[in-house]
Amino acid sequence: MNNITDSLRMAHPEVILSAVTILLTAIGAFAGRKASLVVSALAVISLIGVAVIAAIGVPVGIAFGGSFISDAAASYAKVGIYLMSAVAVILGYGWLGRLSARQFEYPLLILLAATGMGIMVSAGDLISLYIGIELQSLALYVLAAFRRDDPKASEAGLKYFVLGALSSGLLLYGASLIYGFAGSTHFDVIAAAVKAGTGTGVLFGLVFLICGLAFKVSAAPFHMWTPDVYEGAPTPVVAFFTAAPKLAAMVLILRVLYTGFPDNIEQWRQIILLIAIVSVGVGAFAGLVQSNIKRLLAYSSIANMGYVLIGLSAGNHEGAQAVLIFMSLYMIDATGFFAALTALSRGGKPMETIADMAGLSRTNPAMAITITLLAFSAMGIPPLPGFWGKFYVFKAAIDAGQWPIAVAGLVGSVVAAFYYLRLVKVMWLDDSPGAVDKGPLDARIVAFASALFAFPLVMIGLTWIEHYSGYAADAFGLL
Amino acid sequence: MTAFLLQYLPIVIFLGVAVAIGLVFMVGALVVAPSAPDAEKLSAYECGFPAFEDSRMKFDVRFYLVSILFIIFDLEVAFLFPWAVTLMKMPHGAQIFAFTSMMVFLADLTLGYVYVWKKGALEWE
Amino acid sequence: MIQALAFYVMAAVTVLAALAVVGARNPVHSVLFLITAFFSAAGLFVLLGAEFLAMLLVVVYVGAVAVLFLFVVMMLDIDFAKLKAGFAQYLPIGGLVGGILATEMILVALAVGREGAAAKNALPDANAGGASNIEAIGQVLYTDYSYFFEAAGLILLVAMIGAIVLTLRHKPHVKRQDIGAQVARTPKKGMEVVQIKPGSGVEL
Repeated sequence: MNNITDSLRMAHPEVILSAVTILLTAIGAFAGRKASLVVSALAVISLIGVAVIAAIGVPVGIAFGGSFISDAAASYAKVGIYLMSAVAVILGYGWLGRLSARQFEYPLLILLAATGMGIMVSAGDLISLYIGIELQSLALYVLAAFRRDDPKASEAGLKYFVLGALSSGLLLYGASLIYGFAGSTHFDVIAAAVKAGTGTGVLFGLVFLICGLAFKVSAAPFHMWTPDVYEGAPTPVVAFFTAAPKLAAMVLILRVLYTGFPDNIEQWRQIILLIAIVSVGVGAFAGLVQSNIKRLLAYSSIANMGYVLIGLSAGNHEGAQAVLIFMSLYMIDATGFFAALTALSRGGKPMETIADMAGLSRTNPAMAITITLLAFSAMGIPPLPGFWGKFYVFKAAIDAGQWPIAVAGLVGSVVAAFYYLRLVKVMWLDDSPGAVDKGPLDARIVAFASALFAFPLVMIGLTWIEHYSGYAADAFGLL
Repeated sequence: MTAFLLQYLPIVIFLGVAVAIGLVFMVGALVVAPSAPDAEKLSAYECGFPAFEDSRMKFDVRFYLVSILFIIFDLEVAFLFPWAVTLMKMPHGAQIFAFTSMMVFLADLTLGYVYVWKKGALEWE
Repeated sequence: MIQALAFYVMAAVTVLAALAVVGARNPVHSVLFLITAFFSAAGLFVLLGAEFLAMLLVVVYVGAVAVLFLFVVMMLDIDFAKLKAGFAQYLPIGGLVGGILATEMILVALAVGREGAAAKNALPDANAGGASNIEAIGQVLYTDYSYFFEAAGLILLVAMIGAIVLTLRHKPHVKRQDIGAQVARTPKKGMEVVQIKPGSGVEL
């Protein structure tokens, strides 16, 4: 079976990750809680290892009879996903240690979620799309409720689970309609079948599929779970939620729409644009009234998903590249933000409201500068990463003739700038209610690294990201 | 298709008989048995007192754990049925491959089982 | 003719049972209606020729999932009457969402009638080449679809880990039987001889 060896070689990152997960489960089962350090360390090492393998050692091609695609786009996304998962393991290890509730299951669940995301970004048909999403989502539901004695965390986990199950139902219904009318689950066969135009059945299927996927990236109007989950779930877990799963789901949307329905762009563009505009609006306006920073960042992420979808609606090579660039930059920014929140506490109590941040510039100047940089980046001030992300996204939309949408997106981002400015103002101008704890080293390092990337490393990083995302966007076979 | 469905005729007849017998006893009791209810006869009775509280109460989460684990292993078994039926009918190359993929699947879940066991989830304290 | 009749009877039972699940006053009755719905859905699968799926529906859903649901509704300390009170309040919005879904399904059904999706992609014969349904699945599941099969194994592993992480609690100070340790116990380990000096106590 020569075929299967080739397939396995293309799927090396996922095969290695699942083997490592099973091995670590066994280690954890026998060694118990004291294995936590070993399991976490091995998880980080293997995640970095598979990121390297995905970057350099995977042959391009189609595996497992078309269900698994190994190409530049998958590799690009996998590098980002696995590195972010490694960061999540490190942040989580420190966090659980501070709670003295160290459990070896935490890295295991991150590894399983990462495997699921690897399957998602490599999905070549509707079945692997669904299996990848389920593997990733189930692990994330458990992570959200990981602190099961905290009622807020349990509530977050439950809400996430119930709404996630609903979205999976929508997704399955859509997938079954598409399969029924197009006659195949493979994206390329579907593309050939609907070349002449989608009938009612496929169109409804596509709508349901997009709704289900919009749930996963928390785009409005499917965003209801986001603020509650972000507020209730542990901060290091949210740092993970906001980065890797969204990149995976975005690449999956690119795959579905760009390889499954490339000739039906006029039909799906309307849906995507509607979702994008609503997301930008909800994210900008609902964010204005939030006092909890985690909720605020949840709305900020909803708005950011709106910007990405504006870029995606271009439906060409430039659009795909803009999506990949935006997501890469956004991931680093958002992870840094949540790492900074993990690092901040006053008298052992985490600082989660905007009022808590008052006078941070005097009590903890380094962290204040970090958060300010990240907030300015999220606002889109040049030359910080947030600016470049928006620049590529809006440019792609305008070049594709979607300039009214781009203008709407810009207006939204101006409104959203207000709440970042408020945060910055509170930090620098208000009086501090008291000294701030020093904060754990791991979270501080991640936050500082992210700030360092925001300025000045982004100048160098961006040329690389642009270069490789260009290759990755080529993989979708568009103009 | 009809020939295929005819295989299910015994099940249909069986279900019909089961429903009929069930109905006969229920309707029979309704028709034949004497019935003269009054408020005292119908009230709940507990050691000479009216019932104090609802019979529902919070109960140990371990029951759920057991039934969730049961569902998981039930599904695992469901995957074994088609394998058991087809394995010996496959051509040789495919047979080895199918055998290997089932062994990988079982190894995966067996290690999960070891994990569940070692964690003490199967013990009743 | 009988086939069509069986279809309509079972479809009607499924729909009515599903309505009763939502409408029943007693949550235990809801679960029992759910079981009815599962059973008649299994009957529909048989009519389609999907015997294996019908069996799975009975074994997994009726045998395991419904039991879990029964556990949950029978043993949870929830005032269901209070819960039901909100039902009327959410009825309009629920009805709206349900109406939209129903409209879409009708549109899709009309499209099936017009474009004939089923005619274009003929249903694979359940008994192709004399192989039974379960054999047809077995022929491809462990070879062509082995990738999905192994991934499904991983999903089951996540479920196991998740169930343990979220629900397993050990009560402290529970004395368990450890036969190995009990048998290996010797008088030397079991007791200690202490010489007590007059006027001082013993530290235990």
